Amino acid sequence: MKKVLMGNHAASQAVKLARVKMIAAYPITPQTQIVEELSEMCGSGALDAKFLKVESEHSAMASCIAASATGVRAFTATSANGLALMHELLHWAAGARLPLVMVNVNRAMAPGWNIWCDQSDSLSQRDTGWLQFYVEDNQEVLDTVLMAYAIAEKVLLPVMVCYDAFFLSHTYEPVDIPAQQEVDKWLPEHKRDFILDTNNPKSLNALVMPDLYMEMRYKLEQAHQAAIPLVNETGASFYKAFGRRYHAVEAIHCEDAEVVLVTSSSTTSPARLVIEEMRNRGIKIGLVKIRMFRPFPVEDVCRILCGKKKAVVIDRNFSFGKGGIFADEIRGALCNETHRPLVYGYIAGLGGRDITPELVREIVEEACQTKHPPSLALWKGLIK
Amino acid sequence: MDYFPYLRKEKLPHIWCSGCGDGIALKCIIRAIHNKGLDKNKIAMVSGIGCSSRTPGYVDFNTLHTTHGRAIPFATGLKMARPELTVFVVTGDGDATAIGGNHLIHAARRNIDLKVLLYNNHIYGMTGGQVSPCTPMGDYATTAPYGCLENSFDIAGLTVAAGASFVARSTVYHVKALEKLIEKAIDKEGFSLIEIMSPCPTSYGKINKKGANKNLVLAQKTQSVPVNKAKDMSPEDLKGKIVTGILADRDIPEYIKNYDMLTSQKK
Ligand SMILES: Cc1ncc(C[n+]2csc(CCOP(=O)(O)OP(=O)(O)O)c2C)c(N)n1
Ligand code: SF4
Repeated sequence: MKKVLMGNHAASQAVKLARVKMIAAYPITPQTQIVEELSEMCGSGALDAKFLKVESEHSAMASCIAASATGVRAFTATSANGLALMHELLHWAAGARLPLVMVNVNRAMAPGWNIWCDQSDSLSQRDTGWLQFYVEDNQEVLDTVLMAYAIAEKVLLPVMVCYDAFFLSHTYEPVDIPAQQEVDKWLPEHKRDFILDTNNPKSLNALVMPDLYMEMRYKLEQAHQAAIPLVNETGASFYKAFGRRYHAVEAIHCEDAEVVLVTSSSTTSPARLVIEEMRNRGIKIGLVKIRMFRPFPVEDVCRILCGKKKAVVIDRNFSFGKGGIFADEIRGALCNETHRPLVYGYIAGLGGRDITPELVREIVEEACQTKHPPSLALWKGLIK
Repeated sequence: MDYFPYLRKEKLPHIWCSGCGDGIALKCIIRAIHNKGLDKNKIAMVSGIGCSSRTPGYVDFNTLHTTHGRAIPFATGLKMARPELTVFVVTGDGDATAIGGNHLIHAARRNIDLKVLLYNNHIYGMTGGQVSPCTPMGDYATTAPYGCLENSFDIAGLTVAAGASFVARSTVYHVKALEKLIEKAIDKEGFSLIEIMSPCPTSYGKINKKGANKNLVLAQKTQSVPVNKAKDMSPEDLKGKIVTGILADRDIPEYIKNYDMLTSQKK
């Protein structure tokens, strides 16, 4: 059934379809509508789940962790400072190997207080062990939350689904909501061996000595590596069931391209327009959308970008003292490749500033005309 | 009196909705500060996040707008570093008793000289009306669409129990009484808290069908019971009432004073 939904309600509809059993959350703009709708669904009985309004995001994550440890599907959603407050427990959820799913609506970090779009909140949780996806439109929000549970439950890792504040969270788009029976078939109730179970008591998360800790970390990394092919397999099976196709990385017109633009999240939409228009003018340009940030799709990135002249990366985030985070990851992925492209790193749209097609075009044209990329990121649209 | 010397004119008009109690509370704060003749430059005002926490943005003191729930620890650090300043904390019921609840009880227990002005509107106003630890049981909120299931905090009672020097409660209907209580808190050495009942017609009033904006303020008149009278009333009779006045006024050692005494003995 097609409905016109805001991004936040596409997320809550997906949580309902996934038959999540436990939701714990604390409000924060621009995420709040997700959990407001879920509280309504739980209260009315439309969703057979418990809704807990806790006293902080830290408590929300703690509650979800423990609920998930009993074997049920758990969910929370947050943004920016709420996510930062969860930081300690993000490590915990991943280390405890719990298949939680969380939506993070990408919002700028304070100070100065700013509720608008910026990816630095979730990207600064890069090393917590969570899988991270960055999605482009409201349909992809719904679909990715469903796929997130499927992937999380196979590799036993928590998954964060990230999308842009306001550009997606509060913007209405047509969204195809799959039928419950079909989702039930595709995403059946999951069974885990290792849960809290009174018939088979266990003690979870005990002290680990140096003789085993490193092995546990290694296994966590193996699970990340196993997730890479799994994401594309899950995308393929999702396509079979629902007719929409998703990959870890999407390459658009890259075969003959000399210059490739690289984007994530909703920035990809204006970029699609720009490259179509430039190609119509005979310019050999392609576009890469990176959906999966963790684990980082190193092989896909190298396969698509090697042999090209230039990769032009737009980052709506920043790692201070270094540069744009996607650009940096891409440079890292390419560094041992012989036929690697030059990587141009651009910063745009921080704190909710628009990334318009005009700005994207300006960036691409500037990179095309610049022989060699500077070592530091180029900040676009700064007030002079 | 002229309020403008205490305000940042360029920040006005403020963001508060019409019918919100927060502006009335601000007026009482300024009047109390004026009456006490405090030097503006010797005042620091710290807030967390919320509609109530916007207050320091409008006043011409040394102000800090901090993170959600952490106004009290920020203020604690400030007071330790600059004990000569009069440090106010302006916070909301969500800010101070949900995400920051731990800090409230510990600062009261420590009895550090902060003047906490806590606006209780029974809701998270700024984020659009989610249930707070002070939403009365059965009332509605966007995250309690079928009614709040939890007991609500008695903020003033909690602070008394935690060990604060001075605890009081008033409403924005009782502007004169509120002004006087703030003056008392200014004079008091030690942790002081005034729970200010400040209605939120937008995020609480609407969903709870309280009618016209003014109804919420007017209701405070009939709901309020002075603490002396409340003493002789049964818990049944006190249901839905707001007990106003001074709930604790104790001369107990203040933290920074104690700290200085200890360190000077060691020297
Ligand atoms: C860590 C974190 N979580 C959530 C928020 C979002 N948030 C901002 S204000 C607020 C609630 C404010 O309620 P209250 O303290 O009662 O103040 P009021 O707006 O009602 O005056 C919330 C949840 C935030 N800023 N930071
Ligand atoms: S939402 Fe409520 S608390 Fe916030 S300004 Fe409006 S009336 Fe006041």
